[in-house]
Amino acid sequence: MNYFPDEVLEHVFDFITSHKDRNSVSLVCKSWYKIERYSRQRVFIGNCYSISPERLIARFPGLKSLTLKGKPHFADFNLVPHDWGGFVYPWIEALAKSRIGLEELRLKRMVVSDESLELLSKSFVNFKSLVLVSCEGFTTDGLAAIAANCRFLRELDLQENEVDDHRGHWLSCFPESCTSLISLNFACLRGEVNLGALERLVSRSPNLKSLRLNRAVPLDTLQKLLMRAPQLVDLGIGSYVHDPFSEAYNKLKIAIQRCKSIRSLSGFLEVALHCMSAIYPICGNLTFLNLSYAPGLHGNKLMKLIQHCRKLQRLWILDCIGDKGLGVVALTCKELQELRVFPSDPFEAGNAAVTEEGLVLVSAGCPKLNSLLYFCQQMTNAALITVAKNCPNFIRFRLCILDPIKPDPVTNQPLDEGFGAIVQSCKGLKRLSLSGLLTDQVFLYIGMYAEQLEMLSIAFAADSDKGMLYVLNGCKKLRKLEIRDCPFGDAALLEDVGKYETMRSLWMSSCEVTLGGCKSVAEKMPSLNVEIIDESEQMEFNLDDKQKVDKMYLYRTLVGHRKDAPEYVWIL
Amino acid sequence: MSPLLLGVEEEGQSRVSSSSVECISQNGLGIREWNYLGLSDFCSVDSSGVLDDNGNNLNLKATELRLGLPGSQSPERETELCFLNSGKLDEKTLFPLLPSKDGICSSSQKSVVTGNKRGFSEVKGTIYTEKKWVGSGAVPDSQFLQPVSHGKYSVAQASVKKDGPANEIQEQPCTSNGTKVNRTDISNNSSAPTAKAQVVGWPPIRSFRTKTLTTSSKNNDEVDGKPGPGTLFVKVSMDGAPYLRKVDLRMYSTYQELSSALEKMFSCFTLGQCGAHGTPGKEILSESKLKDLLHGSEYVLTYEDKDGDWMLVGDVPWEMFIETCRRLKIMKSADAIGLAPKAMDKSKKDC
Repeated sequence: MNYFPDEVLEHVFDFITSHKDRNSVSLVCKSWYKIERYSRQRVFIGNCYSISPERLIARFPGLKSLTLKGKPHFADFNLVPHDWGGFVYPWIEALAKSRIGLEELRLKRMVVSDESLELLSKSFVNFKSLVLVSCEGFTTDGLAAIAANCRFLRELDLQENEVDDHRGHWLSCFPESCTSLISLNFACLRGEVNLGALERLVSRSPNLKSLRLNRAVPLDTLQKLLMRAPQLVDLGIGSYVHDPFSEAYNKLKIAIQRCKSIRSLSGFLEVALHCMSAIYPICGNLTFLNLSYAPGLHGNKLMKLIQHCRKLQRLWILDCIGDKGLGVVALTCKELQELRVFPSDPFEAGNAAVTEEGLVLVSAGCPKLNSLLYFCQQMTNAALITVAKNCPNFIRFRLCILDPIKPDPVTNQPLDEGFGAIVQSCKGLKRLSLSGLLTDQVFLYIGMYAEQLEMLSIAFAADSDKGMLYVLNGCKKLRKLEIRDCPFGDAALLEDVGKYETMRSLWMSSCEVTLGGCKSVAEKMPSLNVEIIDESEQMEFNLDDKQKVDKMYLYRTLVGHRKDAPEYVWIL
Repeated sequence: MSPLLLGVEEEGQSRVSSSSVECISQNGLGIREWNYLGLSDFCSVDSSGVLDDNGNNLNLKATELRLGLPGSQSPERETELCFLNSGKLDEKTLFPLLPSKDGICSSSQKSVVTGNKRGFSEVKGTIYTEKKWVGSGAVPDSQFLQPVSHGKYSVAQASVKKDGPANEIQEQPCTSNGTKVNRTDISNNSSAPTAKAQVVGWPPIRSFRTKTLTTSSKNNDEVDGKPGPGTLFVKVSMDGAPYLRKVDLRMYSTYQELSSALEKMFSCFTLGQCGAHGTPGKEILSESKLKDLLHGSEYVLTYEDKDGDWMLVGDVPWEMFIETCRRLKIMKSADAIGLAPKAMDKSKKDC
């Protein structure tokens, strides 16, 4: 029932920005649906195969910002073959043909070709913002097209993409008239950049707030850039190597001191430890520090740096910080909310420098901690129980013990009780990744307590189907479930196929599900795409239903089977 | 043990008796592990810790094929590890087959396995049991490389881990009592892996990060000059030699050590009579050894430093040397004339 004219409702809806809420609004009644869809500007599509670009365009003609995610999460770890899918070109093509005035495109784990970048750059006059995370398939030529053609570009943010660097002059392709840049992040590029062009670009970008450089930008250029952009809020340093007695270094110290607005610091892809003191003046204001690509920064110099960062809210670090270093973090960073500790030497399992002790120290010192990614050598139940008590506010808790089936080294028990304590204590937990030796028991706990859980990652765990069943039955808000190397079979898979329609996706690899089981799911649930990924030629020769399936990825969709699957993907 | 376990074990044993090598792994409690697909062919590479029925260690090194270089030695294997093995197996695992063959292997594997829990496929990545052998890339869907465990671990690393997951699987038909006991006992045997093994996608780190950090640490070694953990491999070339070698400078702490190592490495190319000359201990006096090199043979040891200049080895303290050395070259003294006289003069002064 509408007591207000549409314009009023539209105005009210303007204040509703979260995707979830807007989706809910659109379900209230037909007229709300209509008003909402015409006024919607930002759309998030968590699985690019769940809907087609045509339907998107039809429903939201006012679309300005689109976020798309492609490959399943485990693709990050090489579990999904290349060219599995996730191509952005059809989306850009369809949008270009329509009358959509696209201004922002954010992609994650998608395949982006130079052609698509070029088409993008030429099709949308007001295009302002391109954010690519963990994408691949493009070269610096594509970037050159974006730079050259997007006259009002504000944001070019490349995070951890695999870019074929042709060492071309893509930076020089920004025309002299381009003065609108607010954010430029090319830290993931491995090649040389035209330093002169970079300096000129920064000089004519008065609104530049975020600048993340790659390894090829030396310290003296950094100094010049900082002199021209003292208003920076987010800085990513490329190469930080210089003779501490040089003129350039002295100039750098002065330049840095002028940058009073820097709140976020990252990079240090190459670092000379004796130059770190120049950074201290800005440390006191930092809220985000990302040293996870700086293995050269360790020991006392690292400690000293951290000791200056009293306002830190997010810290991404390598495990060479050690338990002791985490103790320093615990003493210094009382505002810490997010901690990510990455392994500096992932395949030398014996060398991971952090253990449960470091985590306990941080949990004791940083009560606001709510997001954790922790790669460690070992973990104990006692530690997890302590952490759960100290920090009941976890939203994200991702623990990766480098030896994935390692038990509690003190008691030799599985880590069921420890993780159980986490889910019981952290009532708002939305994302959980497990590792270590785990039995069905931990899943019982998860099913019982993790009421808000949306994403669960399981590897090398559980004893039987019961584990998976506990989770599927208990976690009502589950959206993404990814499982590898667990003894879950058809019984678990088929128990409640309707559940999968309430979820975005399910990934199971190296489990016990059979071809027959997967076929059964596909039959019962036409609204799901059930994909079997099998690169060996078994599927062609041996279609026995009893055959175990190596990798299965199923997801809900409104548009049926996709047409771009490669040969080794069977959609049932 | 449960009847089911015994059944499988018997099958395994009957296979064992038919092959030339017996391989039964044991942990502290005498719980036996086996390749429970019952396939001796698809076992691990690591075979040095092989025990026969009496628990005596058989040394299979002699029968194993290696891709190591002449004079290289494989590191000590864990004696707890053992798997069903055969000579034929080694060949297969050391010389991985093409994917098409993999398909054949796997289908035959499956036909034997029906009813048993299957082996998990795809242990990709580097699986090597000694430093010099790498079976990467060429081993795509190498199901036959599976040491058949829940965790898909390659052998060498997995004495404990393999026992763990394999027993996990065994335990499924067992009572839960058995489960706990087995696991705790197995975990008692944990020891640091002596060789590396990698499972696809574990640890779960973005490949971008792994690649970047590898490059980073290489660069930082050069840039920082700080000795840290890890290795410092530099190329060693020798005039007239058909190929180059690599040495890890961190393996040595004096010029003497380096010199003798290089001498051994290139002895086939007649480096000269470089025996135990020179006074032990002092680095500077290694110059006399180098001098002997000059006199005794035609070669001089030089290195390229960070600035790209070719320098004579031996002038600077060892620590400084390894910080700045990028590569080594064993030059003919005829080419080194510009360097050599100065060195000789210096040593004359010192002596």
